[in-house]
Amino acid sequence: MQPITLISTLAALAVFAFVIGRGRAMLQSQAVGGARSLASLPFYYGMLTALWCALPALLVLGVWQLFDARLIEWMVIAKLPAASQALPADELGLLLNTVSNIAQGHLPVESQPAEMVAAAESLKNIQHTNRLAVTGVVLSLGILGLMFGWSRVAPQLRARQKVESAFSWVLLACSCLAILTTVGIVFSVLFESLQFFRSVSPVEFLFGTQWSPQMAMRADQVGSSGAFGSVPLFAGTMLISFIAMCVAVPVGLMAAIYLAEYAHKKVRSVVKPLLEVLAGIPTVVYGFFAALTVAPLVRDIGQSLGFATSSESALAAGLVMGVMIIPFVSSLADDVISAVPQSLRDGSLGLGATQSETIKQVVLPAALPGVVGGILLAVSRAIGETMIVVMAAGLAAKLTANPLESVTTVTVQIVTLLVGDQEFDSPKTLAAFALGLMLFVTTLALNFVALYVVRKYREQYD
Amino acid sequence: MTNSESTIEKVNRNLARRYRAEKRFRLYGILSILFGLTCLVVLFTDIITKGYKGFVSTEIYLTVDLNSEDLGIVDPEAENAFMQADFEGAIKRALYARMDVSDRRAKRALNALISSGASYSVRDQVKQNPSLLDTTQGFWLLADDDVDTWYKSLDTKAPFLGRLSEQQLAWLNTLVESDELRTAWNTTFFTSGDSREPEMAGILGAALGSLFTVMVTLVLSFPIGVAAAVYLEEYAPKNRWTDLIEVNINNLAAVPSIIFGLLGLAIFINFFEMPRSIPLVGGLVLTLMTLPTIIISSRAAIKAVPPSIREAALGLGASKMQMVLHHVLPLAMPGMLTGAIIGMAQALGETAPLLMIGMVAFVVDVPGGVMDAATALPVQIFLWADSPERAFVEKTSAAIMVLLGFLFLMNALAVWLRRRLERRW
Repeated sequence: MQPITLISTLAALAVFAFVIGRGRAMLQSQAVGGARSLASLPFYYGMLTALWCALPALLVLGVWQLFDARLIEWMVIAKLPAASQALPADELGLLLNTVSNIAQGHLPVESQPAEMVAAAESLKNIQHTNRLAVTGVVLSLGILGLMFGWSRVAPQLRARQKVESAFSWVLLACSCLAILTTVGIVFSVLFESLQFFRSVSPVEFLFGTQWSPQMAMRADQVGSSGAFGSVPLFAGTMLISFIAMCVAVPVGLMAAIYLAEYAHKKVRSVVKPLLEVLAGIPTVVYGFFAALTVAPLVRDIGQSLGFATSSESALAAGLVMGVMIIPFVSSLADDVISAVPQSLRDGSLGLGATQSETIKQVVLPAALPGVVGGILLAVSRAIGETMIVVMAAGLAAKLTANPLESVTTVTVQIVTLLVGDQEFDSPKTLAAFALGLMLFVTTLALNFVALYVVRKYREQYD
Repeated sequence: MTNSESTIEKVNRNLARRYRAEKRFRLYGILSILFGLTCLVVLFTDIITKGYKGFVSTEIYLTVDLNSEDLGIVDPEAENAFMQADFEGAIKRALYARMDVSDRRAKRALNALISSGASYSVRDQVKQNPSLLDTTQGFWLLADDDVDTWYKSLDTKAPFLGRLSEQQLAWLNTLVESDELRTAWNTTFFTSGDSREPEMAGILGAALGSLFTVMVTLVLSFPIGVAAAVYLEEYAPKNRWTDLIEVNINNLAAVPSIIFGLLGLAIFINFFEMPRSIPLVGGLVLTLMTLPTIIISSRAAIKAVPPSIREAALGLGASKMQMVLHHVLPLAMPGMLTGAIIGMAQALGETAPLLMIGMVAFVVDVPGGVMDAATALPVQIFLWADSPERAFVEKTSAAIMVLLGFLFLMNALAVWLRRRLERRW
């Protein structure tokens, strides 16, 4: 059976289990004085039977699905002649691909060598057996579980406690998914990066100033040595993020101050959501806007002023990214500014300070840690932002501080290295994972500091 | 009093300056807000002025002779009769007759005015109504993208930068004068998949791809997110372990989306060897990405349910699970739903992680399920934005308008839900 049909069959079985478990509880209760004498409500007996039926079977199915493809591959390889088994991993993969193509009938059998056809035959057999086996095992587990659960139903069984503890385990498993995701990110990215660092030294990657990830297709190819110094990428990222922050921080902060301290309630209730629309627009839209409207504009203005401006400038990408980030800064700053107790303001105003003096000398210093935390979060946003820079920043890995030149960023390089056809053991593709690791570590550190600062600050006035 | 200047005088001396500073400060605030709002307006006007014409396409009127012999249709009842029929030839002959050309180069230039998709629409119309065979019918045929851009640039007085020759322009001008060129509602845009020809490219494939992806995301992330939130709010003991989970969720919410793409590439595609470019993998990746958002908003919703409700339920003898399922969750549901809708809106607009798992492939077919190769709406926008054809600019903007329309609807739904179901204790 296909996994989907298998799961639906199992679901139907579980429903059946629920019905008969509940029925048995009701039946047994009649002997001892009706449903009131059961330890739990009849519903829980049904639930417990259903859980016994479905949970173990589902677990086995999941584990099976994780490993069967690998196991089948391994068995097919064992069937291949010794010469093919000794092939390097990628050629073996190609061979297996052909075998599975023959097995699925995509390739004519006649034109293929005999051992391949034999391998395809055995692949078909193994797959067939596998499907039968998984269906058999899962369904019989379901039925066994059903029978076990059914046999345990008795008036004195504390079914509710058991169902509830299963329920809380499921809840715990769901919340552990967040940890699993983090572990998954760290391991997947770290594993591929380690492979990358086997061929490129970490020192070169971290401190090298040359980035040209072209690897030789052939050994004798010219100009394809491949240089993996990531400094220009980080410099480019920093430049664009800096420009973005130059737009977003003053505008966002002043907007937040105005909305929190001056604006009429009605104005605030209209303007705040409007500004937040800026954060809800997909970044690909900003990218399109940056590439087609802002970049030509920046180029024309730059050229009319006599500067050499490239058509994809860091300035265009940075400006648009800054606009995108305004609402992040303003919302976070608004929160912390509103959290400053009114008594501080009243004290300052009572001493005769104007409102702006109060804000500058009392409110802002009090809110400073929170504001800084918010800005750090915005910086981490800017560093990790992808689509705007992919569409508007360019590909030239240059070490420059000139915002009118085209620079490239970490995320742009990850995208260009990984989009399209590629093999997964060349340093070129693995470099993307190393960049991803650096990006993850950087943003994680920024987030940690920011969350720490925001949280610590918030506790002060609670 | 030996001091010649009193405090009052000191204050008064500076007062005007301080008031000016106050006004300036206020002005900065207003300017900042105006700047933000201007950006919003500029962005929308830019997209709309670029894209509103993407919803109409240019058509050329042509009288086509549908002689079944010339078309190569022997038996109109046969199954493949219309599939192999030469409607393209018929259209070409009609074109040559209309413009009266015989020289080969001119013929080629003339053919370039009509889209290669025009013959399909004629074929479909004839197939629907076989009585048209052996008659001469007038058709509005889809024009090529260059003609489309040229015709649309006429009324804006913008300079035309396309690839049309003097001769082609002369032909088009005669067509315009005799009213044989028009713009009509572009149904192709909404009913077909991607195409290399801008005039035939549509968003249906990408929209369905997005729909499937977001559906997978919703089906997985909403129950898991709610379950996690319930655990953390109602069950979790306050210890290091739950602290770790909590810090983790907050951090995951701020991890760049492209990292989730890398995760999906390494785990789902490389390790589990799932096929590339399918909505299922896209949905899984976006699930991991939106989970933190949903968990955080669901927790807030659960937290907002007053403890008295819980205590009352427990006091009447409900178990913890009954209290959660029968009382807390129904009361927190509106808040969780709004959180989920906002998370889905985020997922709908996300591009970078989908690039990583190969949803950038050029897919012409409209996907029929979560296992079919597909692109998503934002990815389609990215692909079209990269395209060198000028006519794709308006298609891209039009697609952006559709995407923003969906996002607007989702956010409006979230706001409406919040207003409608909001409860104050």
